[in-house]
Amino acid sequence: MFRKLHDPGAQAVTVLIDGQPVIAELGESVAAVLLRQPEAWSRTTPVSQSPRAPYCMMGVCFECLVEVDGLGSVQGCLTPVRNGMRIARQQGPRRLSACRKLSACRKLSA
Amino acid sequence: MQEIVGMQEIVGMNANETDLLIVGAGPAGMAAAVTARSHGLSVRVVDDQPTPGGQIWRGIETVAATPRLARLGEAYRAGAEKAAAFRACGALYEPDSQLWQIEPGFRAFLTREGQARRVAARAIILATGAQERPAPFPGWTLPGVLTVGAAQILLKTANSVPSSPVWIAGCGPLPLLYMTQLLAAGGTIAGFLDTMPRGRIGAALRHLPQGLGRLGDLAKGLLWSLALKRAGFPIIRHVAELRAAGEGRLESLHYRTQEGREGEVAAEVLLIHEGVVPSIHVPLALGCAVSWHAGQHCYVPELDGWGETSQANVFVAGDGAGIGGAEAAEPRGRIAALRVAARLGRLGEGSADAAARTERARLARALALRPFLDALYAPRPQVFAPVDETLVCRCEEVTAGELRARAVQGRPGPNQIKAFTRAGMGPCQGRQCGYTMAHIIAAAQQRPVGEVGFQRIRPPLKPVTLGELASLDEREPAA
Amino acid sequence: MNVEAFDVAVVGGGLHGLSAALHLARAGRRVAVIERRWTGRHASGATAAGVRTLGRDIAEIPISLEAMEMWHAIATIVGDPCGFHAHGQLRIAETREQMPALLQREAAIRVLGHRHEEIIDAAELRRLVPALSPHCVGALVARRDGAADPHRTILAFRRACEAAGVVIAEGCGVGAVDRQGNAWLLACGERRFRAPIVVNAAGAWAARLAALFGDEIALGVRASMMIVTERLAPLLDPVVSVVGRALSFKQSDQGTLVIGGGLQGVADLDRERSSVDFTELAKGARAASDLFPAVRGVRIARCWTGIEAQTRDHLPVIGASPNAPGLFHAFGFSGHGFQLVPVVGAILTDLVTEGTTRREIAAFAPRRLMQERVAA
Repeated sequence: MFRKLHDPGAQAVTVLIDGQPVIAELGESVAAVLLRQPEAWSRTTPVSQSPRAPYCMMGVCFECLVEVDGLGSVQGCLTPVRNGMRIARQQGPRRLSACRKLSACRKLSA
Repeated sequence: MQEIVGMQEIVGMNANETDLLIVGAGPAGMAAAVTARSHGLSVRVVDDQPTPGGQIWRGIETVAATPRLARLGEAYRAGAEKAAAFRACGALYEPDSQLWQIEPGFRAFLTREGQARRVAARAIILATGAQERPAPFPGWTLPGVLTVGAAQILLKTANSVPSSPVWIAGCGPLPLLYMTQLLAAGGTIAGFLDTMPRGRIGAALRHLPQGLGRLGDLAKGLLWSLALKRAGFPIIRHVAELRAAGEGRLESLHYRTQEGREGEVAAEVLLIHEGVVPSIHVPLALGCAVSWHAGQHCYVPELDGWGETSQANVFVAGDGAGIGGAEAAEPRGRIAALRVAARLGRLGEGSADAAARTERARLARALALRPFLDALYAPRPQVFAPVDETLVCRCEEVTAGELRARAVQGRPGPNQIKAFTRAGMGPCQGRQCGYTMAHIIAAAQQRPVGEVGFQRIRPPLKPVTLGELASLDEREPAA
Repeated sequence: MNVEAFDVAVVGGGLHGLSAALHLARAGRRVAVIERRWTGRHASGATAAGVRTLGRDIAEIPISLEAMEMWHAIATIVGDPCGFHAHGQLRIAETREQMPALLQREAAIRVLGHRHEEIIDAAELRRLVPALSPHCVGALVARRDGAADPHRTILAFRRACEAAGVVIAEGCGVGAVDRQGNAWLLACGERRFRAPIVVNAAGAWAARLAALFGDEIALGVRASMMIVTERLAPLLDPVVSVVGRALSFKQSDQGTLVIGGGLQGVADLDRERSSVDFTELAKGARAASDLFPAVRGVRIARCWTGIEAQTRDHLPVIGASPNAPGLFHAFGFSGHGFQLVPVVGAILTDLVTEGTTRREIAAFAPRRLMQERVAA
């Protein structure tokens, strides 16, 4: 969707987006890097799972929420990249590691 | 390391207490900090960006050292020395910090690098600037649709441009400036859908006489327009309606002009801009009175001549006080800082008055052209009346149709509609849907929009984590 | 000035006012609900909407159990399920030392013939709430308890009221009260209402209303704080509370976590506002993340407080005024009135139409909170 006009050179770092290594430049934001990817979306919504991408780039739309180094719903446009940063697109409502709904609960009222 | 230097200068100060807390390190916040420091106040400046400059001078410190500076223009270049002066002023500067609550006293709550903290201040200047006016239309949530401001930030901070010829829609100085910058950077434009309605120039001209002192700005705008015409991409005037479509991303764009002319074009990226509105979430959350600004179609905080809100010792400076641009933001920041200095006994009332007189004259000059620009670039009526299928609340995915249906059942206000539809309950907390909701309610109930009001702002102002909040209890400091 | 005449004027458009109006209208009365702002503006719109019999004061158990039966049939009462799910409520012990108190509680209500609260061990607790921290040792559970959707409930009661012919007058604050013959005249700005019967369901402002009728009732105020998070994938079904800490923790139908438990913000009755105290609220966030360690990284979407009345003994005020003829009180639910909504409306209808009720309400008599007139 977007392309960078120069080679980052010595400022280049590598970040992982959904496990894939990607070149980024120190000083730019996670959202800026996402917008240069062939798959430029950042999350799917918790309500209808529709894809969204960074929209405002200044922290007011919350469309660029991604997981960064294990922390969820981070605003990608306010987060500068670091070498080795792990970025994961969020799909639907966040799933916590302990997320297990108990269908057996239905038996509660039985 | 500037923060550390600042700390040492403020001898004997408790790191968690300052005289003045400034929220935002844009033109207003930086100017306020420099002025307040010059009168010996201890100052903390909190900003959610990694470097100073606000939106207008975003990334200025980095870009200043590169050849890219030249093509971003004179106004941008001016930010370099402002940022340097701010860095040197001795304020405690906290970048990458999110302010999420201010309680009376004042007790402010911040999060930086995942750590929540409480800090105290005797006065507050809110210099939180503006945001682009949300202008919903069907498909505006598709990946590939961004604001013009977003694209400009990508240009400034990531030296990135749309990878294919880009469609730009909207009205206001920003699209013209961005298109000029984009062409200079080597980007390509597929076309400009100019949404300024017919007859606006005539309507605006009556405001021109008071703006005659600012002919330079007008000439600049004219030069941009001429350069864009020469570039040869299609410019479609009086576009009234937009519709973006695509499977999971933007693929095509449909427009319709006031005259009924329609077109459909393939598009990968569409940039939209319908002006800017003050960021009023923090003043609203603090209970500051706001009133409707008919010329700018938005709420502005009610301020006295010093920028003080209805809440004592809470000031608003910069575009958050009403759109005025960077040149108005700086004197507003200084005026507020002078008042705080006088209030805290660091400056005599007479000296503050004298210094403020100079700043007020600057402010008046900076604002002289504003009524003309407001009238010229007033948003088209469709911005406030999106068709039923449009998602108004991007977060909770509530359509204009649902809001309209609710608005006519009884006479509900924004808070009730929010409760029943969930519009405004998502992470952006109404920053994208608040105004549209107010306009839809006003139209449905045949009330003036200024009377409808904005939805109540619930803290926290930024979505902190439960763990961050919990940590305030876990390491309870000695009070 | 035009006076609007009704059989009953209900003051307060919260859920208790709406429920009273609904039951009275169905008993054939012409009813007006007089609301200063809008229906559900304060406590009813700010509640966590727990539907709980668990841990109730002994005096409340009979009406709470009856209310629970009504909740299980709520759609037949108000025409909408109100988002009610009976996934149970749990009161959790984090340590062995906390278990005896829960066991005693279970025994105490068994003696009275109640079986709705039941002790469970750590294994059953884990089965019911797998996301819970493993340090928890057991719990008291009420399996038929649950939670509802507050806004949906307000809307359902309101619509049912309107369908039953209740007139809902919003933006109408009672400014003055006058006795005219056998009826009360309520002056509300430009409007006047006359009714022989008045129901005081004015929540946090109920003592002020009572005073207009000559009833001096001691009443405190609460501003309980709530946290709502971003939407999450399903994490837990029941509503969880914990011994010794202010925490109530549940997940809404939308997937948001709703965290309350009675931590107090700041209430301002005169300005009709309340505000959050984050230093205090941090205790709730800490309790939530101690009980559910996985939620530490979950984002808070918003926090709020709701203003409501609290009595000295935390029991509601339900009953006829001892002084003012035709005045009936229903307020002071002290942070746990939501579940009682359907039954209290029925009780008031008994009192208004029959002058008495078969339900056990002696403990809620207004007189207990009224100053005894000291003989000179």
